Amino acid sequence: MSVPQLRLGTRRALWAYTFLFVPLLFYIAIRLGPAFSSLYISLHEWNLISPSKPFVGLQNFRLLARDPRFVQAAVNTVRYVLVGIPVQMALGLAVALLLQRINRFRGLFRALYFMPFVTPIVAAAWVWQWMYSESFGPLNEILATVGLPLQPFLRNPGQALYAVAAMIIWQYLGFQIVIFLAGLEAIPRVYYEAAEVDGASGWRLFRHITVPLLNPTLVFSVVYGTIVFLQLFTQVLNMTFGDQGGPLAGTLTVVLYVYQLGFQRFMMGEAAAATAVLFVAILGITLLQIRVLSKPVEY
Amino acid sequence: MISGRRVKLRRRDPKAGLAYLTLAAGTVLVAFPFYWMVASALKPFNEMFDLRLIPTHPTLLNFAEVLTRTRFPRWFGNSLIVATITTVSVAFFDSLVGYVLAKLQFPGRGFIFVMILATLMIPTEMLVIPWYIMSSAYGWINSYWGIMFPGLMSAFGVFLIRQFMSGVPDELLDAGRIDGVTEFGLYWRIALPQIRPALAALCIFTFLGNWNAFLWPLIVIQGADMRTLPVGIALFSGEAGSSWNLIMASSALAVLPVLAVFVVLQRQIIEGVTLTGLRS
Repeated sequence: MSVPQLRLGTRRALWAYTFLFVPLLFYIAIRLGPAFSSLYISLHEWNLISPSKPFVGLQNFRLLARDPRFVQAAVNTVRYVLVGIPVQMALGLAVALLLQRINRFRGLFRALYFMPFVTPIVAAAWVWQWMYSESFGPLNEILATVGLPLQPFLRNPGQALYAVAAMIIWQYLGFQIVIFLAGLEAIPRVYYEAAEVDGASGWRLFRHITVPLLNPTLVFSVVYGTIVFLQLFTQVLNMTFGDQGGPLAGTLTVVLYVYQLGFQRFMMGEAAAATAVLFVAILGITLLQIRVLSKPVEY
Repeated sequence: MISGRRVKLRRRDPKAGLAYLTLAAGTVLVAFPFYWMVASALKPFNEMFDLRLIPTHPTLLNFAEVLTRTRFPRWFGNSLIVATITTVSVAFFDSLVGYVLAKLQFPGRGFIFVMILATLMIPTEMLVIPWYIMSSAYGWINSYWGIMFPGLMSAFGVFLIRQFMSGVPDELLDAGRIDGVTEFGLYWRIALPQIRPALAALCIFTFLGNWNAFLWPLIVIQGADMRTLPVGIALFSGEAGSSWNLIMASSALAVLPVLAVFVVLQRQIIEGVTLTGLRS
């Protein structure tokens, strides 16, 4: 009795590993292996052209810490997060709350706000560049019509980062709205009804029911948004393609700098070290999310 | 009837009108770049910078020029090939792995699942350097395989499918076993049809993700003929000078098919975001 059963189990295990063979090979060779090899490269002086690649310990990390461009890229990336996340979330939540209020055309509005999220961002970047153009862009045309001074937008080190951030907020707004709508719909109606019976309304309902019960969604939104903003590359590169990283590196991000270090200057060691820093940042945020979200929600 | 209903709506929420107005104003802002793109693409070259909202002499000449004078059709084809093959591969392997991890008992199952899940934490940026070194060593630079290989499977898809496969009743699979269905048949003919909606969502996101992918294709592609659409458009100014009419026409040609697909699959895509977003 037990012998055929064991055989059956062995047979199934064999099948399982047969099915998993190619995928396991993939995850080991294309994901885990390269991740470790990236850490290995970060500890070596690894110039693609020179044949000798000596071990240098943490020297690449020290070089990065002293490299003003990397420091600026890191500071810029944090600025993108600090500017982008609050604006993106506030707008997303506001639109989601408005959508909850209306009965008709909800699906249509939701779809329209969501369009930029599925759009090839490289193509959208060209249009945004034109909209920001100092001499022939529609935005400055509007400013001129209402009698305000023309703005350089992408050509000004002080403004460029915000101009790029606006485009990224435009891109991700629809995603935030959809996530917030799902979160809002999950809040049981009875809490609002009970509070209304107690005489609460408007702002107090929002402050004492919506916000606390929406907390898991808010955390998810912050974490997802932060990870997206930490990895900014495509939008930043394409908004100022001829002048990567913008005027005085005003829009430069960590990933864009990794690209320049690794694939334009072929300093793979330093580039890999920069990605290791990024990895630690993303890992930290993910672990933080798991800790915050694993706390049970109390209704 | 109609006026009665309107009165009822008004009474329920006096601010609904304001909500509609605010939402509509927001929509105009969100949709303006799309409008500007298409309107500009329809303008003849000498009217490009007149900033009129509606083209006075609309023409399809810019589109014709992009399609005949540039490599746009070739890039479009490249993107189609890359996105289709990666989507088929992800759909097959991710659903197979998700099925095996959810429905088969074998030693090492938990470890393999955690290992695949752990790869979700690795950002792509960390991998492109080793991928590039690997690709130069094996001669994969500037080939379809080189563009595609990193995207042939996705840990996120495994995670998603495994969740849904857990919901497939074991009795169904056991009944299949009694009927003599092969182990592969159990996955392919019995389990897979049960999770079609999740699989459809995964396919849509994989296709969109690969259609819009930029960082790795930019690194691995070296010749103009191998460019995918995003890389081609990014480097377009080198191809067409700074002809904004051609840039706008090619951008519109890249965006419109995606939007058309979005209009058709809108419901699945947005529900898919909710589904996948909340599960991750």
